[in-house]
Amino acid sequence: MSAQAHAQALEEIPGTTMFDGAQAMKGYALNKMCFSFNKAENRDKFRRDEEAFMTQYGLTEQQKAAIRARNVLALIEAGGNIYYLAKFAGIFGLSVQDVGAQQTGMSVEAFKDMLKKQGE
Amino acid sequence: MANIIGGLTSSHIPAVGAAYAKQLFEDPYWKPFFDGYPPVRKWLAEQKPDVAVVFYNDHGLNFFLDKMPTFSIGAAFEYENQDEGWGIPNIGKFEGYPELSWHIIEGAVADGFDVCSCQEMAVDHGFTVPMQLFWGDQTKNPIKTIPICINTVQHPIPTPMRCYRFGQAIGRAIASFPGAEKVVVVGTGGLSHQLDGKRAGFINKKFDLMCMEKIVDAPEELAAISTRDLIREAGAQGAEFILWLAMRGSLQGKVRRLHQNYHIPISNTAAGTLLIENRA
Repeated sequence: MSAQAHAQALEEIPGTTMFDGAQAMKGYALNKMCFSFNKAENRDKFRRDEEAFMTQYGLTEQQKAAIRARNVLALIEAGGNIYYLAKFAGIFGLSVQDVGAQQTGMSVEAFKDMLKKQGE
Repeated sequence: MANIIGGLTSSHIPAVGAAYAKQLFEDPYWKPFFDGYPPVRKWLAEQKPDVAVVFYNDHGLNFFLDKMPTFSIGAAFEYENQDEGWGIPNIGKFEGYPELSWHIIEGAVADGFDVCSCQEMAVDHGFTVPMQLFWGDQTKNPIKTIPICINTVQHPIPTPMRCYRFGQAIGRAIASFPGAEKVVVVGTGGLSHQLDGKRAGFINKKFDLMCMEKIVDAPEELAAISTRDLIREAGAQGAEFILWLAMRGSLQGKVRRLHQNYHIPISNTAAGTLLIENRA
């Protein structure tokens, strides 16, 4: 299988964005900013002036809009990688159930129920 | 010669670190998960291994996308847990064993795996949560550690078969170390889960149970699964199963399942724990 055919095959999984080279190119600035949130001083700087912080990291307009909207699907669409986006969600104290509920359009309780039911 | 006495697996869900800090061992949500560990800890207390070689994946603490090595081997005197941004309590430092690390690095490269050696390596929950579950407080119950990181962040990630073969190379390297050390090998992460996208929350009990069954006696069947099929069946982050395959590859003696536990859900994840004995 060629590299291109391989990448296309990977895209076929429903509801799943493979973080491949194309996503990596698109999302670099956004992911770099979110990586910086490992450090408390950067989380504080972001809280104090979100716009300045996003500009400092060179986010695109699409990425800035997705950050302002706190919209995880839009952040993924803008090239965000979930491992780094989790650090962004962490600033607001969001759990992976909160993030999952937002992406699937469920309430957090319904999302937790759905997780539990899969064990039955 | 150093001797691999067994293989362990554990999920490494961050929420476990927080629950451990709060000692929620008897809490109804957590009990079915934490109950999977005392039999393993009892075995470890009896066997007294000297070294834990831990296959894990970094989640954006030590490595960023600027440089993303496929296989990295820790060669440090100690490994530090650091702030990951969203805060499980920092559980401090882990002692390394750089002499064995360099022996493994030499062996892996001679065997065709051109690894990245790391004399500084911050370890995140992927490493610390299983260490805490199996050994508790490192200041009271220390063990030498060698973290081995496999890329699961940036595609293309290594194939399941490549990880299984990598584990075999690591196993051969450990077995040729001129010492009397008892070594356990740990595969962390999994089982099925997906955090991102419209399929977030996906769990696949049937596939997980098949993996837990076959990993002991038919690992090559699992290693033959394609990356795409693994992600379809186990979820985007369920791809961490490649870490279990690396662990299993390193066990080259007669293997026997001594204990297992499986529970849905912990956080967004199906949690799997295994203890496999390995005898020459």
